Amino acid sequence: MIDIDNANKEALNKLLSARPMLVGLDKAINIVPGMKKNMILHAGPPIDWERMCGPIRGAVIGALIYEGLADNEEEAKKLAASGEIEYSPCHHHNMVGPMAGIVSPSMPVYIVKNEEHGNTAYATMNEGLGQVLRMGAYSPKVIEHLKWMEEIMYPAMDKAIKKIGKVDLKNLIAQALHMGDELHNRNKGGTSLLIRILAPAMVITSVPDIAEAVLKFLDSNDHTFLNLSMPAAKASLDPARNVEGSTMVVVMARNGTDFGIQVSGLGDEWFTTPATVPPEALYFPGFTKEDANPDIGDSAIMETSGLGGFAIGASPAIVQFVGGTPQDGLNRTLSMYEITVGENNVYQVPYLNFRGTPTGIDIRKVLEKNVLPFIDTGIAHKEPGIGQVGAGLVDAPVEVFKKAVVKFAEKYS
Amino acid sequence: MNKINELFKSELQVINIGLESFKESLKNENIRVIQVDWRPPAVTDDRALDALNKLLGR
Repeated sequence: MIDIDNANKEALNKLLSARPMLVGLDKAINIVPGMKKNMILHAGPPIDWERMCGPIRGAVIGALIYEGLADNEEEAKKLAASGEIEYSPCHHHNMVGPMAGIVSPSMPVYIVKNEEHGNTAYATMNEGLGQVLRMGAYSPKVIEHLKWMEEIMYPAMDKAIKKIGKVDLKNLIAQALHMGDELHNRNKGGTSLLIRILAPAMVITSVPDIAEAVLKFLDSNDHTFLNLSMPAAKASLDPARNVEGSTMVVVMARNGTDFGIQVSGLGDEWFTTPATVPPEALYFPGFTKEDANPDIGDSAIMETSGLGGFAIGASPAIVQFVGGTPQDGLNRTLSMYEITVGENNVYQVPYLNFRGTPTGIDIRKVLEKNVLPFIDTGIAHKEPGIGQVGAGLVDAPVEVFKKAVVKFAEKYS
Repeated sequence: MNKINELFKSELQVINIGLESFKESLKNENIRVIQVDWRPPAVTDDRALDALNKLLGR
């Protein structure tokens, strides 16, 4: 039998030694590997139009209108179901997308380079809160905002980043954890740090009106940094893929219909099971659990990399948001050490005497200890076109770990 | 039997595994008790259990 513990150490070391740097932006069609003119990328494991949930369908409709391939909802639905559009998971293209995770060819994407291992990851810029494409909304206002991001914000961001050279995301994430972020549902610290870096460059590289508008928008959106913490996690985890004999999870992702994982020693195979609605949640006024779509988005890449729910002990504000206490958050983080390969060497939980965050989920430990990976996440309305309805806490489903363990034993016995 | 009787004559110090209510009952009687956070493995079906045992080297 292969030495699983050693293989896991190797996979964890690859993750921990990553150095993700933001180096610029480009349009998806120009830079994302395998992107095509008729392709739309989505969050989670593979899925076709027939099985897509409401928010993903809504975001696909919006993307087709945004690309000019359809003039209205009816045309977009017809095209989406016609077979002319190719759907593919973000994860198959070194990419991650929060919530619906929809990426179409014209959308600008951040380029995050892992300087230690030479690989690159991508993510779109965050659109803000409420009625946004990633939550399944596609009103003219949503499309207009996406156009503003493409035509005004993207060149301004790219010029500022190029002027700076590169932005060290690992450094910002480490600082943000000390400022109360867990980097999934709370990115206030990371967003503030990013603006401090970008602003002096942007006021030189863009005209005052544009610099003012872009900086104001970045500041108005507490989730600005999520779309950088996610590709930083993706760029850090990808080198840990395909380590022979490793039971470490390298992807957890949801498409709102299915929850899927990928495991280092099991190549590109997805292990999936139906996604569930977060049982503990806070809903915006006027919405209830009945409105909620099951768990959705690639953002569980944060937990996969030892952040998000795994670091919730560093983020009392998020626990309070869903009605818990700081101790509840610490207990959640402490329980995640039970199922991880090791501890982070840079990312720390201040209230645990700067202990490194629990990092690298081991599928064996999940089943042996009966402790499930804990994710704190946004919640989209189940119908297309509405948007975010709340935020909540959810455990990864046990079935995916069972399936992976069975496959692992078959492969390596 | 004698040894068991001796045990109950000495101060009880209990490690409880499983249902937490047992710990609470003892605590209410002012008995020193600690709770071990343990739960049975998540797998019950033979196939997954066999696979897990194999991977854990059992």
